[in-house]
Amino acid sequence: MMDINSIKKDFPILKKQINNTPLVYLDNAASTQKPNQVIQSIVESYELYNSNVHRGVHTTSMEATERYELAREKVAKFINAKSNDEIVYVRNTTEALNLVAYAWGLNNIDSTENIVVTELEHHSNLVPWQFVSQKTNCELRIIPTTPEGTLDLSSIDKLITESTKIVSIVHVSNLTGTINPIDEIIKKAKSVGAKVCIDAAQSVPHMPVDVQQIDCDFLAFSGHKMLAPPGIGILYGKTEILEKLEPFLRGGEMVKEVTYSSATWNDIPTKFEAGTPNFIDPIGLGVAIDYLSNIGMENVRQHEKDLIKYALDRLTEIPGLEIIGPTNPEMRGGVATFSMNDIHPHDIGTILDQRGIAIRTGHHCGMPYHKKLGLSATSRASFYLYNDYNDIDKLVDGMNDVINYFK
Amino acid sequence: MLPNELNDLYKEVILDHYKNPRNSSEIIEPLHKARGYNPFCGDEVNLQLNVDNNQVIQEVGFQGHGCAISQATASLMTESIKGKSIQEALAIREEFRKMMQGEQSNLELLQDLEILEGVRNFPVRIKCSLLSWSTLEDSLS
Repeated sequence: MMDINSIKKDFPILKKQINNTPLVYLDNAASTQKPNQVIQSIVESYELYNSNVHRGVHTTSMEATERYELAREKVAKFINAKSNDEIVYVRNTTEALNLVAYAWGLNNIDSTENIVVTELEHHSNLVPWQFVSQKTNCELRIIPTTPEGTLDLSSIDKLITESTKIVSIVHVSNLTGTINPIDEIIKKAKSVGAKVCIDAAQSVPHMPVDVQQIDCDFLAFSGHKMLAPPGIGILYGKTEILEKLEPFLRGGEMVKEVTYSSATWNDIPTKFEAGTPNFIDPIGLGVAIDYLSNIGMENVRQHEKDLIKYALDRLTEIPGLEIIGPTNPEMRGGVATFSMNDIHPHDIGTILDQRGIAIRTGHHCGMPYHKKLGLSATSRASFYLYNDYNDIDKLVDGMNDVINYFK
Repeated sequence: MLPNELNDLYKEVILDHYKNPRNSSEIIEPLHKARGYNPFCGDEVNLQLNVDNNQVIQEVGFQGHGCAISQATASLMTESIKGKSIQEALAIREEFRKMMQGEQSNLELLQDLEILEGVRNFPVRIKCSLLSWSTLEDSLS
């Protein structure tokens, strides 16, 4: 059991008042709040260990390097990577996916081959592959969705074929909350010899994810969606693939030997970490991982499953409100997306904000999917470990206010 | 109970214009037209204008979808510029912009548009209110 009241106390921002009411933070799919432990680790990094990494022979630089690499080890353990070298520090999920698209995609796909994504992709796992498709003249295939917002795998054998080079799919959708059946898709991809890349931005923060068990080749996620600062993201890649991969960015640190005419590359993961990295925020990510591990990712998932079940039950009581995405909590992360008849999400967002309730309104970086639904925008309440039933009750009360305004 | 600021934003007149937009019939083959789109929120305004030989706006039509503020502003705008010269319409636009930015504005020119003054207390919503005005400018350029 998770003690939510004691968890809430770890997050200073949850004491914030907006219009004389406490902040009810329900925008966790966009970014999460930080516990004291993470905030203090950042302060401590600046106060005691601020120095460039992998360079100095002096004490502070060595300490900074040690902390930086210890955080990498924590990330590797958290997702069960075989080795710390499989963990590449990047800025965010978008950069991780661009690294795969540029370094792997542009060099491994030709015009007779294809890339497979899904209709539920965030722009970050769609636009980079559109770019690769245009550059290489290869086909970009898209797994469709059912009206319920789950993937329609009925034509999977026609989409993932012998000519498919990579299947790059979102694990949990930030649009519908759908937990996609990645095991089944990965199995299919492996059977035709395709590589698999997983956008795990909404899964690694919210449920146990084991890269060896799912057997993906690449996996990407962001620190800021899991209690850590916004400047650190992770690309996981299998050792044998990263070793063969061309660099993405070139310059300092990523090289072994440089002459005026040529250069050789450093070992992984340094080959992909050109220039001075963000050597502060990974420390925060390591502490965030400690925090989540102490609670247990199974518990985090169970808590969010309870919350989404309650939220879907309560939201459907509201007349005119339509839930976007699957209604079975087993198939859904803690993301409650909805639309309201004639009331635009931005009006909903503004009215809820007056009651201190923070939700996301708009297309959530999923324009094509909204277009498919015939909606220009939706409202989204998304949960994390510090949310409780009371927060959802406040959301529902706020929605009744919205209706009173527009009736 | 809702805070007063919200009451200033969602005034009855504004909600009425949102639910019953004025000048919403499309003008076929207009002299001037433009589409305004805000990718951030998906607000859209399609505007058509016909002016006479004296550059006076004789007909105006708009169709769109989006939040109450964007659509009500478009409706109120069409009412305020109908029968005005292009020059006068652009002058009203300038006064509206000033009102949104909290500058001194000419209320005689703005007339009914003053009702939208409450929008400026919601900085992220100001762009909703400016969409139809930039569409007006685009249609005339």
